[in-house]
Amino acid sequence: MKNLIKGKSNLWEVVLGLEVHAQISSKSKLFSSASTEYGSEPNSQVTLVDAGMPGALPVINEYCIRQAVITGLGLNAKINKKSVFDRKNYFYPDLPQGYQISQFQHPIVGEGFLTIKTEEGEKKIGITRLHLEQDAGKSIHDQDFENTFIDLNRSGCALMEIVSEPDMRSGLEAAEYLKKLRTILQYVGSCDGNMEKGNLRADVNVSVRIPGEKLGTRCEIKNVNSIKFIQQAITFEAERQIKLLESGEQIVQETRLFDPNKLETRTMRNKEESHDYRYFPDPDLPPLILEDSLIDDLKKNLPELPDKKKERFINLYKLKEYDAEVLVSEKDVSIFFEELVKGREPKLVVSWLTGELFAFLNKKNVSLAESKVTVKKIADLIDLISDGTLSNRQAKEVFEVYLEGSKTAKELISEKGMAQISDEKELSNLIVSVLDENEDMVKDYKSGKDRLFGFFVGQVMKLSRGKANPQMVNKILIEKLKR
Amino acid sequence: MSIDNSIVKKISKLSKLKIKSDSEDKMAEELNNILNWVESLQEVNTEKVEPLLSVLNEKMPLRDDKVVMDDNQVDILNNAPEKKSGFFVVPKVVE
Amino acid sequence: MNQFEKLTIKSTIQHLKCKDFSCKELTEYFIKKISDNRKLNCFITETPDHALEMALNSDKKIDNNEIRAMEGIPIAMKDLFCTKNVKTTAASKILENFIPFYESTVSKKLWDSGSVMLGKSNLDEFAMGSANTTSFFGNVINPIKGKNNSDLVPGGSSGGSAAAVAAGLCLGATGSDTGGSIRQPASFCGIVGMKPTYGRCSRFGMVAFASSLDQAGTLTKNVDDSAIMLQTICGYDEKDSTSSKMDVPKFSEYEKLSLKGKKIGIPKEYLVDGLNSEIKKSWENFSEEFKKIGVEIIDISLPHTKYSLPTYYIIAPAEASANLARYDGVRYGYRHQNVDNLDDLYEISRSKGFGDEVKRRIMIGTYVLSAGYYDAYYIKALKVRRLILDDFIKAFKKCDLILTPTTPNVSFLIGEKQDDPLEMYLNDVLTVPASLAGLPAISVPAGKNKDGLPFGLQIISSHFNEALVFKAAKFIEDTNK
Repeated sequence: MKNLIKGKSNLWEVVLGLEVHAQISSKSKLFSSASTEYGSEPNSQVTLVDAGMPGALPVINEYCIRQAVITGLGLNAKINKKSVFDRKNYFYPDLPQGYQISQFQHPIVGEGFLTIKTEEGEKKIGITRLHLEQDAGKSIHDQDFENTFIDLNRSGCALMEIVSEPDMRSGLEAAEYLKKLRTILQYVGSCDGNMEKGNLRADVNVSVRIPGEKLGTRCEIKNVNSIKFIQQAITFEAERQIKLLESGEQIVQETRLFDPNKLETRTMRNKEESHDYRYFPDPDLPPLILEDSLIDDLKKNLPELPDKKKERFINLYKLKEYDAEVLVSEKDVSIFFEELVKGREPKLVVSWLTGELFAFLNKKNVSLAESKVTVKKIADLIDLISDGTLSNRQAKEVFEVYLEGSKTAKELISEKGMAQISDEKELSNLIVSVLDENEDMVKDYKSGKDRLFGFFVGQVMKLSRGKANPQMVNKILIEKLKR
Repeated sequence: MSIDNSIVKKISKLSKLKIKSDSEDKMAEELNNILNWVESLQEVNTEKVEPLLSVLNEKMPLRDDKVVMDDNQVDILNNAPEKKSGFFVVPKVVE
Repeated sequence: MNQFEKLTIKSTIQHLKCKDFSCKELTEYFIKKISDNRKLNCFITETPDHALEMALNSDKKIDNNEIRAMEGIPIAMKDLFCTKNVKTTAASKILENFIPFYESTVSKKLWDSGSVMLGKSNLDEFAMGSANTTSFFGNVINPIKGKNNSDLVPGGSSGGSAAAVAAGLCLGATGSDTGGSIRQPASFCGIVGMKPTYGRCSRFGMVAFASSLDQAGTLTKNVDDSAIMLQTICGYDEKDSTSSKMDVPKFSEYEKLSLKGKKIGIPKEYLVDGLNSEIKKSWENFSEEFKKIGVEIIDISLPHTKYSLPTYYIIAPAEASANLARYDGVRYGYRHQNVDNLDDLYEISRSKGFGDEVKRRIMIGTYVLSAGYYDAYYIKALKVRRLILDDFIKAFKKCDLILTPTTPNVSFLIGEKQDDPLEMYLNDVLTVPASLAGLPAISVPAGKNKDGLPFGLQIISSHFNEALVFKAAKFIEDTNK
């Protein structure tokens, strides 16, 4: 068995489940018509419902229902034709109604699954459920010594809570699960998956056990806001639990907070009674009944999902599995690729996309969409390489300047005097002069010193200041040396 | 099922109501009286009865995904007992 | 006698149309009368300036012949309905200074149809009570006096509205009914109180007590007025997900209906212990009167009636415990000063802001929803609620209307029944079943006891059949004259 962690006296298995909160990319909130826009003035996007004013009543956003269903379909899940909204009761300053409208016993989406890549191959991770709920507002603790500030702009935004089965066995698997889930959300269009903005948040349930024994007591780790943090948090938490168990102590079921600075988890201030949420059906909202026609319609129009797309890429463009995986893992990238590959050599396109372009995006720390790089821009460059105007090396040299500037590829090349010499006559002249200057070497070569071929190429390139088309130089040289 | 002072304490915590300790007995007694009285429901056979969630059999109305802000949004803060720079303010919360 | 004393909504509309008097004159009369009768404590907030402004506007409309359904009719607005820029308290200290920046749908519809707001009427705190004795602003006094001129309760929770109409301080008033809060005070004050089908009136902007039961309605001097006023406030509202899309018929055309050949059911379970003998007699008398006009009176059974009150006193507090969680002193409402931690802010603000009855119900509601008790109490109550609804559905296969007393007894002295919450709860025993089933029900004056205290009879119909309810109520009203 892999992934086991060695403690002092035992080998331990980590058991992981994820609860992911994904904000639905809707214009307005789940039960109110306030805007969901990020980064506005505090409390500027708040209606009566979002502020829990007396007499305010929730009215559900149809778009959010559709997105929940479509996400459920993307997760191979059972869509529940009847679901019920419940009130989850607790007091907190950023929870204006004193309850969160959520779904408890009857969620809109039931059991499903997704598959992840592991070293042992594909692995199915079960989805327990997906339900709709309101987000809370934001409590800001660090702007004032004595007070906490409350901003309700986020209050009432639509969330999908997606709960997995405890099917993951390592931080890597958890990371793969979250990546895959994010990809699926992006493909169906229900959530942009942006973890920095908090549009995708994960809580991790961690427990450890000796393989084969029953599940251990779990701790829920909150506030893990990146895929890297998830792995770090799991590593720390698993080790903490193993240490405790091996020294004969018990795990206390609790909610813990991940501290990304110290790379550790710590117990949250005890929320004593808050575990009794007193869920009950919200009397302000009748049960939600989904029409068959709606589900069928969404099924019919379900976009191609990453697994399918990957398969298609492999078959259609003869891509390596690894490359196909990389390309489909971001919806934007997969679309970009398909546009770019039209009429071009897939291998060249993949290497430029996953090589230079990704390196560029990484360096600038932006996503493809944010970078505003267009398909045409990359296409122009690749075409110049294909027709021999530009060498790969030259293209790489100018890549960054090219992407950041407004010049076309041709303009840039001529400005830098970079265009390759691909003219046969010009090249012939160059080669002849090199051969003339090195008569002895030519003799040596002809008598069998094949290695000197490279020397001639080097001299031609030197003479042309690197602009000679290497393929053509090779070709002509071979001909000239034959004689 | 009967309510003693410890349950009164627990319930008052959950509902964020302070019950003075000298009123706990009285509250427990009142709540017990009410609970004894509703106890009669247990004699009703409700096997195979679905809980009634809504007296109307009408479908839940669905709203279009449109942003509509009522004119007086600034007023959200107007009744606030304490506010600062556009925020509602509460005593510091330690997480 | 003042020319305005005997006015009804219906007659006033005619007088205003004929310009027998102006709306301003009428409104000034009521403003004065309200201030002369402050000892009744019917109003939490009087709004004379608003009223005059609205009256002048109505006079203009009348001059321009743009007369709307309730043009120039001065009314009282139960202080549970949020009114834009006018303090709305729900009779609670916790909302003592709350000024909404929005208008409830019910009040908006009334203003849009020309009604004039005289003020915000008193009620039991958060509509929790049956005698209007739980108001933070003091109890309302029933204008009808008991023996030795003693002060009686007006009933509750719409006590201020009912007393104001009965005392002639307005032509009509809004109420809200969760378990009898319109019908019971109407019965105690000798006026007509109508609770329509659940979903007929939007709950938007009405401070919530128990959402699955709360329903707005009217308190008026007579049945015709009730039909006119109810018409104004009914209709689908996209701001309330439980509001009904059923068409609203023209209620005033109830007159065209015929009772002949209709069947009225008399449920034997409503002959409760302690039912006042005079009320019982009146109930029997009116059954006989109905027979005379060709109505068939049949005995019916609503076997789960006796479980209605226990069911209600689980469901209503449970919903209330969540509905009242928003009153936490953070965004509006009473906040205890000088607290240095959040729990104190919550606990002290709420403990000082809510009255005893409200706290009691929050505690009960929290308890029945808490882990380990939810199924035994709350889910059980939802199941019994279905059985109660089913009783009515079965009954309405046999009859068109159900006739019962509204209350087991007449009004009582202020201060009576205060020590034992349960005794107070029993006031609602006959009104709660229709609330649980979401059925329309009216209380119409049916007589007075030997001490001159009024009582009403209750008429219940199947869902959305308000017009027929009005028809039968009108018959009782006419016969009672």
